[in-house]
Amino acid sequence: MSIRRQACIAGAFEHPTRKAPDKTVAQLHAESARGALQDAGLTLQDVDGYFCAGDAPGLGPLSMADYIGLHPRHVDSTDTGGSSYLLHVAHAAQAIALGKCNVALITLAGRPRSEASSGTQPRNWGPNVPDVPFESPFGAVTVNMYAMVAMRHMVDWGTTAEQLAWIKVAASHHAQHNPHAMLRDVVTVQDVLDSPMISDPLHKLDCCVVSDGGGALVVTRPEIARSLKRPVIHVLGAGEAIKGQESGQIDLSFSGAAWSGAAAFAEAGVKPADIQYASIYDSFTITVLMQLEDLGFCKKGEGGRFVADGNLISGVGKLPFNTDGGGLCNNHPANRGGITKVIEAVRQLRGEAHPAVQVKNCGLALAQGMGGVLGARHCSATLILGRD
Amino acid sequence: MATTPAAPRSIPAPPVYPDNEAFWAGTVEGKLLVRHCSACGKPHWYPRPQCPLCMSDQTHWKESAGTGSIYTFSVSRRVGPQPFVIAYVRLDEGVTMLSNIVDCDFDAIRIGDRVRVVMKASESGVMVPMFTPV
Repeated sequence: MSIRRQACIAGAFEHPTRKAPDKTVAQLHAESARGALQDAGLTLQDVDGYFCAGDAPGLGPLSMADYIGLHPRHVDSTDTGGSSYLLHVAHAAQAIALGKCNVALITLAGRPRSEASSGTQPRNWGPNVPDVPFESPFGAVTVNMYAMVAMRHMVDWGTTAEQLAWIKVAASHHAQHNPHAMLRDVVTVQDVLDSPMISDPLHKLDCCVVSDGGGALVVTRPEIARSLKRPVIHVLGAGEAIKGQESGQIDLSFSGAAWSGAAAFAEAGVKPADIQYASIYDSFTITVLMQLEDLGFCKKGEGGRFVADGNLISGVGKLPFNTDGGGLCNNHPANRGGITKVIEAVRQLRGEAHPAVQVKNCGLALAQGMGGVLGARHCSATLILGRD
Repeated sequence: MATTPAAPRSIPAPPVYPDNEAFWAGTVEGKLLVRHCSACGKPHWYPRPQCPLCMSDQTHWKESAGTGSIYTFSVSRRVGPQPFVIAYVRLDEGVTMLSNIVDCDFDAIRIGDRVRVVMKASESGVMVPMFTPV
């Protein structure tokens, strides 16, 4: 059984805040939920499925469902970090296809900026995590575990810091048009190279922003989506894959996107060359490069040449990406960028992206997420979406 | 040419669990222990009582030669109070482990460099296996 055309994304909302010291995380969830339901033209009473990740306040979905005022008959709090929300869309489509719910609400919110979180801090995974004794003594944080993937790629394929910088440059060209983006200034390759080195070879501008915020999505049965006033956006295919240290045979030459992407393309019945717009998870520049290769937008090892010279800039290059400015410039709410990846893909398919970055007649889009830590263990999720 | 000399760093203590007590007892004696499986014959990392390659519970400790090569690394320049080097080291026994490269000029480190294990004391006194170029 396939989820192809079994469900639609009828509502999408990105919370406009980037710093919310005076709001609670629960409030940001609720405001995002309201925004997405208003966007769809649906009400609280229409929701019968609810999805959030494990970082939502309270036990799984319990506190947030209660706080927002939901009475779901289907719940799911799958947590794979930043990619969770792409899995939620796929799992909502599965539940809808099986008749377990008709209107699924997905919410995300967090305040890492107000709480002074950073990718240079050790992450607290809690007690009893079996890998922690063999990693925490060595200063493993988010940024250096991605940096090691970039170091290996440079040695294996001759990828350069200048090529990685082009990914940030492209994101900044898009962010200049987004009034909500944290970083709106267009940057050059030299600006990236001149920014402080955090962990070789990743500079400060190779890293995403830390922002407060939230987002929400509404996934419905196709009949419901067609009864609403918004453009109808179908879920065409999805894939998810966990890749880790492979029992000591770690191979950082590829990511789980090679697996989740292949599954999503097969389900949707399309090829990378058919994709008109791609949201690619951009915690760091190297994250984008790895996923572009593994999804098949270019051959393994050619990612550096593929992203160079503005090839990811809308209206300039062959593959417009992250036209909201992405995590690199716009927003990375709750340190989890998956939901904004889906939201911008929906905007593009509706023709509602900023006119300066809107892809003409955008009918087929991909959203790609990467949760956890690329250099240790991560969950890749791929969604392929199409306009009716 | 720029150099980044090694500086002492406070090493977070590894949580000691029932399934890794013997490993940390080994490091105190200067031994790097790797878990091997009697059923499939293969080593794995990090060590587990049940083999992640074949699910057998017939696993045992074997002392590593403590030598290997750098699979990848990163000089973490603005991650803590002073620079340090995180690395994946491929042991000659065939498993790759996360560690630090220490006691050397960080700017001279290259992927593929040969290294040997050195034990360093963590904040709790538990000894932690790190590597230095040979």
